[in-house]
Amino acid sequence: MSDNDTLEIMLKGIGASSGICIGKAYLVDKEGVNVVKKYSITEADLENEKNRFKTAVKKATDELHAIIEETPEDFQEHANILEIHLVLLRDKMLYGKALETIEKEWVNAEWALKKVVSKLQGMFKNMSEVYLRERAADIVHVSDHIMRNLVGAEHANIKDIDKRVILVADDLSPAETSQIQLEQIMGFVTDLGGATSHTGIIARTLEIPAVLGLDNATETISNDDVIIVDGTTGEVVIHPDEETLVKFVERRIKYEAHRAAIVRGGYLPANTADGITLQIMGNIGLPEEVVSVKNYGGDGIGLYRTEFQYLGHSRFPTEEQLFDKYRDVAEVMAPKPVTIRTLDINGDKAVARHSDPTEKNPALGLRGIRYCLKKTEVFKTQLRAILRAAAFGNIRILFPMISSLDEIIEAKKMLDQAAYSLEKEDAEFDKNIGIGVMIEVPSAVIMADVIACEADFFSIGTNDLIQYTLAVDRGNRHVSHLYQPLHPAIMRMLRRVSDVARDTGVKLFMCGEMAGNPVYVPILLGLGMDELSMNPRSIPAVKRVIRSLKTGETRDFVEDVLRETTSEGIMKLVWDAYGDILSNVQLAEAERGK
Amino acid sequence: MSCSIKNFSKDVVIINELGLHARAAARIAEIVQNAKLNVWIIRDDDKADAASVIDLLTLGCSKDSTVTVKIDYPSDIDTLNRIVELIENGFGE
Repeated sequence: MSDNDTLEIMLKGIGASSGICIGKAYLVDKEGVNVVKKYSITEADLENEKNRFKTAVKKATDELHAIIEETPEDFQEHANILEIHLVLLRDKMLYGKALETIEKEWVNAEWALKKVVSKLQGMFKNMSEVYLRERAADIVHVSDHIMRNLVGAEHANIKDIDKRVILVADDLSPAETSQIQLEQIMGFVTDLGGATSHTGIIARTLEIPAVLGLDNATETISNDDVIIVDGTTGEVVIHPDEETLVKFVERRIKYEAHRAAIVRGGYLPANTADGITLQIMGNIGLPEEVVSVKNYGGDGIGLYRTEFQYLGHSRFPTEEQLFDKYRDVAEVMAPKPVTIRTLDINGDKAVARHSDPTEKNPALGLRGIRYCLKKTEVFKTQLRAILRAAAFGNIRILFPMISSLDEIIEAKKMLDQAAYSLEKEDAEFDKNIGIGVMIEVPSAVIMADVIACEADFFSIGTNDLIQYTLAVDRGNRHVSHLYQPLHPAIMRMLRRVSDVARDTGVKLFMCGEMAGNPVYVPILLGLGMDELSMNPRSIPAVKRVIRSLKTGETRDFVEDVLRETTSEGIMKLVWDAYGDILSNVQLAEAERGK
Repeated sequence: MSCSIKNFSKDVVIINELGLHARAAARIAEIVQNAKLNVWIIRDDDKADAASVIDLLTLGCSKDSTVTVKIDYPSDIDTLNRIVELIENGFGE
């Protein structure tokens, strides 16, 4: 639909996943809803129009009732939210005011609703409390629901995308992303989020370009606009002209050729120049991504995030459903290891219909192992599935968010109980699996020597460790520049964990974003990491860097790094010592946006 | 729980952590459904229709804020008492 007379617009955001795509924009959840027409109603038709509105609300009410009805007990908290939506549907300020507006202004129901809601939104937007400001979202949600019934548009659902598109959204929740038919998506563009946000991680795993944090992309871009997304530079071009198109097509060809060259080296082992071999593993969230790990020459799965199976469904997955997926992954990778991280829910990745929107600080709330130890039934189901799948391959288990010794002891106790229950049922399983602890909470770093007694391996989750240590929300654009993996405090923490691992004989892995960035590889090698796990696409480049390094040298290098007192100083050290090697793999782009 | 029948209103302090949040407001609105006439929640100079969750939320009552519950019709005293009790109990949270 891109008219010839529309001007080319260039936006600049954060390049969160490299690559270039050109295609049509698809605005999430807006189709059929965002364009509200205004027309007059004659006095004779006023009753009809009001009834049309009432019918739409009635329909929404019935639909909500139906959803609440089929929401299982376990998701009561979600049902509570829907109950509130029910009340909001009939709220005087919304329902009453909309009817009043139709009556007084002789306008159509859609327009009346839009007018009332805009006014309410304005009121909430100016409120000082975050919680209250966010309630505007509930009102919008409810009004969108009514609007859909009024307009008669099919519920615009991300699930129903049936053409190859570039997804444009304000922000994509994990629940939404989990519903996407991945093969239909060419790229992501969002107003919010940064390089390490959930959408960014997903995009990198799926290897599709993403530009995030654009502020007003959803306002600037319309459905079906032709747009170019360059996830390497963070550029988005709307209505590109001929010249721009040619430029970006050329860029894309060059980029793809470059990727292909690196990928070809992926199958070679990650041997350092002085003969030390590191295991380079892939992080996955969906079982299908195993293919990508294999294609890029991964030595196993270093992090299998299991949240996705819990997202976007109205109930928890059954043991059979979990077991099927885990077994698939284990069988495909065997004899290479598959590290299954147990359910790690947080505000970001909350199980759909089970999140508590009143939780103000989810990163510090009930998540990871804390949640699992509280919801023992949910946890046990997963543990049993993991133990059963272990009979079909080389599975290791990884417990997230451990912050003290008793948590790991308790988790292991539950694992034993799960094994015992399987034994009693004569089920096929394997309980001799490696047990790992995610090191991602500062207290776990400090207590590493104690926790080591209960673990076979540590896996450092740098994303959270950095966030918690530096008190920086990596998704917040205003402070994301303070999120510095090379912060001296982080270096000292890594050193501490590395010393403990060496002294106690516990294996040392890293599965955070840091592990997949070639820039950090010399430091990680010098710290004595046994395994690095990353998004599959980074595997070839990281292997390539490792092959040009000498372990002995990197060990000395780490000593220099630890003497530095600023992030900038450390970054300079890295580039001075390894700039040649790093620019050789031409992945300076990996540093973008950090 | 005494309450001044004279002006049909009573002051009460919000004690629950989250303040007058959506679910709490919904519970108030539910009680108000049985009232004959308007019931108001007043905070400083702002007055909200207690039958409307949205209106109640716009008051922005956080923990420790004092609100006045006011009824327009004496027979709604029961409604008033129930609301006051609900708030005093921190909405049972």
